[in-house]
Amino acid sequence: MMLSFLLRRLAVGLFTIWGVLTAVFLIVRLAPGDQATVALGPDAAPEQLAELRHTLGLDRPVLVQYLSFLGDAVRGDFGESYRYGRPAMDAVLERFPATVTLTLAATVIAIVVGIVLGVVAGHRPGSLVDRTTSAATLGLQALPPFWVGIMLILVLALWLRLLPSAGGGDLEHLILPAVTLAIPFTALVGRITRSGVAETMSEAFVRTARSKGLTEREVLTGHVLKNSLVPVVTVVGLQVGTLLGGAVVIETVFAWPGLGNLLVGAVGNRDYAVVQAATVLIALCVIVLNLAADLAYARLDPRIRLEARR
Amino acid sequence: MADHTSVAGPALAPADQRTTPMLEVTGLEVGLPAGAVVDRVSFTVPAGRTTGLIGESGSGKTMTAMAVVGLLPEAAVASGEVRWKSQDLLAATERRRRQVRGREIGVVFQDPSAALNPIQTVERQVGEILRRDGLPRAQVRARVLELLARVGLPEPERQAGSYPHELSGGMRQRVMIAIALAGRPELIIADEPTTALDVTTQARILALLADLREREGLAMILVSHDLRVMAHVADEVVVMYAGRVCEQGPARAVLDRPFHPYTRALAGNVPAVTSRTAIAEPLPGAPASPFDRPSGCPFHPRCPMARDRCAVEVPALREITEEEPGRLSACHFAKEVSP
Repeated sequence: MMLSFLLRRLAVGLFTIWGVLTAVFLIVRLAPGDQATVALGPDAAPEQLAELRHTLGLDRPVLVQYLSFLGDAVRGDFGESYRYGRPAMDAVLERFPATVTLTLAATVIAIVVGIVLGVVAGHRPGSLVDRTTSAATLGLQALPPFWVGIMLILVLALWLRLLPSAGGGDLEHLILPAVTLAIPFTALVGRITRSGVAETMSEAFVRTARSKGLTEREVLTGHVLKNSLVPVVTVVGLQVGTLLGGAVVIETVFAWPGLGNLLVGAVGNRDYAVVQAATVLIALCVIVLNLAADLAYARLDPRIRLEARR
Repeated sequence: MADHTSVAGPALAPADQRTTPMLEVTGLEVGLPAGAVVDRVSFTVPAGRTTGLIGESGSGKTMTAMAVVGLLPEAAVASGEVRWKSQDLLAATERRRRQVRGREIGVVFQDPSAALNPIQTVERQVGEILRRDGLPRAQVRARVLELLARVGLPEPERQAGSYPHELSGGMRQRVMIAIALAGRPELIIADEPTTALDVTTQARILALLADLREREGLAMILVSHDLRVMAHVADEVVVMYAGRVCEQGPARAVLDRPFHPYTRALAGNVPAVTSRTAIAEPLPGAPASPFDRPSGCPFHPRCPMARDRCAVEVPALREITEEEPGRLSACHFAKEVSP
């Protein structure tokens, strides 16, 4: 029952990883210029290039390269980063915690603020509070994050000098990039929560809850909120993955020492190994998060658990 | 039956009524932005008795019942008096009204599939009032199981952990009744409690409600469009049309010998007990909307007895004969209805 559901999802997950590996392999190799040209520069002699390509295994047939790449990937070996002179996965994992911290901080902000906004707005659909919140969330969702980031740096860091504009490590440095990353996500969570709450408010069981003499707050927290959360969990599960991607841009704006910074540098340098390791790690996270979201629905709504059994 | 003069019409102050009724609704009006959906309705529920509100959809019967417990839609405004144990609930604070809800007046809603929270177990929903009132967990569970057994749910121990979608319609309605009983109310408002159920289940739920009334002395406001249901359970009936009372009085007398053509039409449509169909044929013509009431008597366009006077003059709700002082009708020709 639950186990077969898990196994099925796991099989789908593996298939997805394989797809990601293949796509990464192809895209990196289809891009103009290879690792050898980047390493040796435009003036390198053809013999030198050939020799380096041979050392890196780039002269083998593509299919052979592909199979050996897959075989190594299964063992977690994505090759040496020629730039850092050590296993690519090590370099990626070293930067990974900073990115996870940033993403998690943004997610927590988005969930807490978004759900509160959504409940306040959805409690009385059509009210002034609802219309104001809806307009504000729509606006915030439409703002490009890099622009918001630059504005925040300008106002809070340069003019008001409240927070540092760049760098990483401590809480002070985390606030600006986390808020920037959280803004469009907060707006999204708020909008989804609002429509869920507004819909649930019209359900007959909410009147039953009132007939028990509960206060409006008890009705909201005890009967409306959890019943409205399934779509929110879906969106959070899907969007946290996107957020990891968004973190790449934000990290560059704020010089946050995470995976994004590393990845942008690696793409510029055609450091295949690092690009592949980072991409696969992000894909893995997205797959795990989606699975977690699916498991969370079943916990939220017992009727979904029943469907998974069939 | 005729000496139970507990239906107090506006024109009537029964002298032989020694105790004040537990619930006394006087001149209740419910207004929506589009107009009044309940217009000057008065009735009483003495302790341990059942008063039925009958009418087609749109007659205002559910709005009347919901106004009593303050569960009207947000846009609706109630005025008049709802005296619950001599306190006017319409004038009471929201805090006092919350205290009444669930603990003094319980509600059974029409469609148990929609009225139960789909993602909470039976135990949690039935025990919510008890938990909220600070009863220890073990006692809550014991009381929930007792309630489930009381409403005839088979295997209470096992069903307590079920979710609504795992139960049949009849079992869900039993759970709904257990929720209404959980706060030990003295009055139950049952809004079309059997409408969403199949025929055999309807009979069982009605028997359960009648049993609760007999054994526990619960008073009840029963809302239904189904006269058979009324004949089963109600002591007094209030027949409503387009938001107004057209007839009220002791149930048996009203149903046997109606004083209003609308009641007669409803009674005439009750299928025989042997009939397979449970739902009465609808009356010819559409029910009048309370927002767009016909002039004069609102029932006159559908009334087989209508005369010129009916289209012009609004009939007052009044006592018809001196022998039956508790019976009121709002028909100009009330005495001609049941010759």
